[in-house]
Amino acid sequence: MKEVDARGLGCPEPILLTAKALKTENQVKVLVDEVHQRMNVEKYAKDQGKKTSFTEKNGYFELIIE
Amino acid sequence: MNFMNSKGKLLGLGAICGVIAAALAYFGNPANMAFCIACFIRDTAGALGLHQAEVVQYARPETIGLVIGAFLIAIGTKEYKSTGGSSPMTRFVLGICMMVGALIFLGCPLRMILRMSAGDLNAWVALIGFVLGIVTGVFFLKKGFTLGRAYETQKMSGSVISILALGILILATFTSLLKVSQAGPGSMHAPIILSLIGGLLFGAIAQKSRMCFAGSIRDVVMLKNFDLFFGVLGLFIVMLIYNVVMGKFTIGFDTPGIIAHSDHLWNILGMYIVGFAAVLLGGCPLRQLILAGQGSSDSAITVLGMLIGSAICHNFGLASSGTALNPETQEVVKGAVTANGKVAGIICIVVLFVIAFTNKRKEV
Repeated sequence: MKEVDARGLGCPEPILLTAKALKTENQVKVLVDEVHQRMNVEKYAKDQGKKTSFTEKNGYFELIIE
Repeated sequence: MNFMNSKGKLLGLGAICGVIAAALAYFGNPANMAFCIACFIRDTAGALGLHQAEVVQYARPETIGLVIGAFLIAIGTKEYKSTGGSSPMTRFVLGICMMVGALIFLGCPLRMILRMSAGDLNAWVALIGFVLGIVTGVFFLKKGFTLGRAYETQKMSGSVISILALGILILATFTSLLKVSQAGPGSMHAPIILSLIGGLLFGAIAQKSRMCFAGSIRDVVMLKNFDLFFGVLGLFIVMLIYNVVMGKFTIGFDTPGIIAHSDHLWNILGMYIVGFAAVLLGGCPLRQLILAGQGSSDSAITVLGMLIGSAICHNFGLASSGTALNPETQEVVKGAVTANGKVAGIICIVVLFVIAFTNKRKEV
């Protein structure tokens, strides 16, 4: 599964990187470290017809988009 | 609670912010400057003596409230995070550029919306520049523009700007150390307590709703996503109703008394600079204050850039003048962009392109 490490990046970079990864992959793991970035990525994935789940790690979120 | 999951909620939250802005205008803030981030940072810079323009010196409690409101709600909802290290000095320069652009136009994106809602056609013209600036920024984002990662810092670091804001509020309230305008826009303000409450509420709502004037258009252009746009729409609708009901809605150019000018090219270019810089920064002037409040030292540096930028604008004659009525002759004196302002505007555009071209993601 392709991993997008978007921790510490500002708006809208996490979405841009996620979108790029989803062009070639069906399943993508995205790492973000701000709540609003997590919600932005979740919303984007939902708009693309994808399902997301996330787990809170030590200081960041790990989202699985499939 | 997730405030981002419905356009209706964002419309409502934007409308509440509109009510706050309308109330502050009703209780004494300057007409159509009810809640302008650029103007209020400029006024605060004047209060601190960073510039000597006597008509725009007042430590605006709204700005202080925005930062502290965002800080408090971020603490309460566990979203506070002390971060920094994402090209801070580049952000400082972008903050200066954003302020130069705003003071050429005479307002931040929030004031542009307020002026649009009052029928000021100059603001509608400036919207063209703002959108073009955002489109330019989006172009570079798609080409891999980045200011790099921010990293977690010592917890205290992210709260410094909120503590400094509180310090300014204390000085303004309990001492006579700060400068206060006796005439002009700086002398027009709502009572301190109302301004502070308005700022705190606006800050808390903006933090939860992620309100961003540049982001709203950026998301429409780039993602065809209208969520953030609805927050801005809510604010616009409430202010439009307020202006119509209060008889403050006047369609036209060169309307005296609203602190605006009708130099179309420079209204466009001024807001082009603001839109372009805001996209490179990841948020408009309001959003920078909110992110600073919730712990981003990078946004705090941007706010300092805006503060210094406003002082530069008034110390070097870059800020435009607004159309006014000569009280003796009753003649309309047209507002204008200064020669220095035009040179500074061109320099800012060049600087923005240099920054946009030279900060690229390595993996792209």
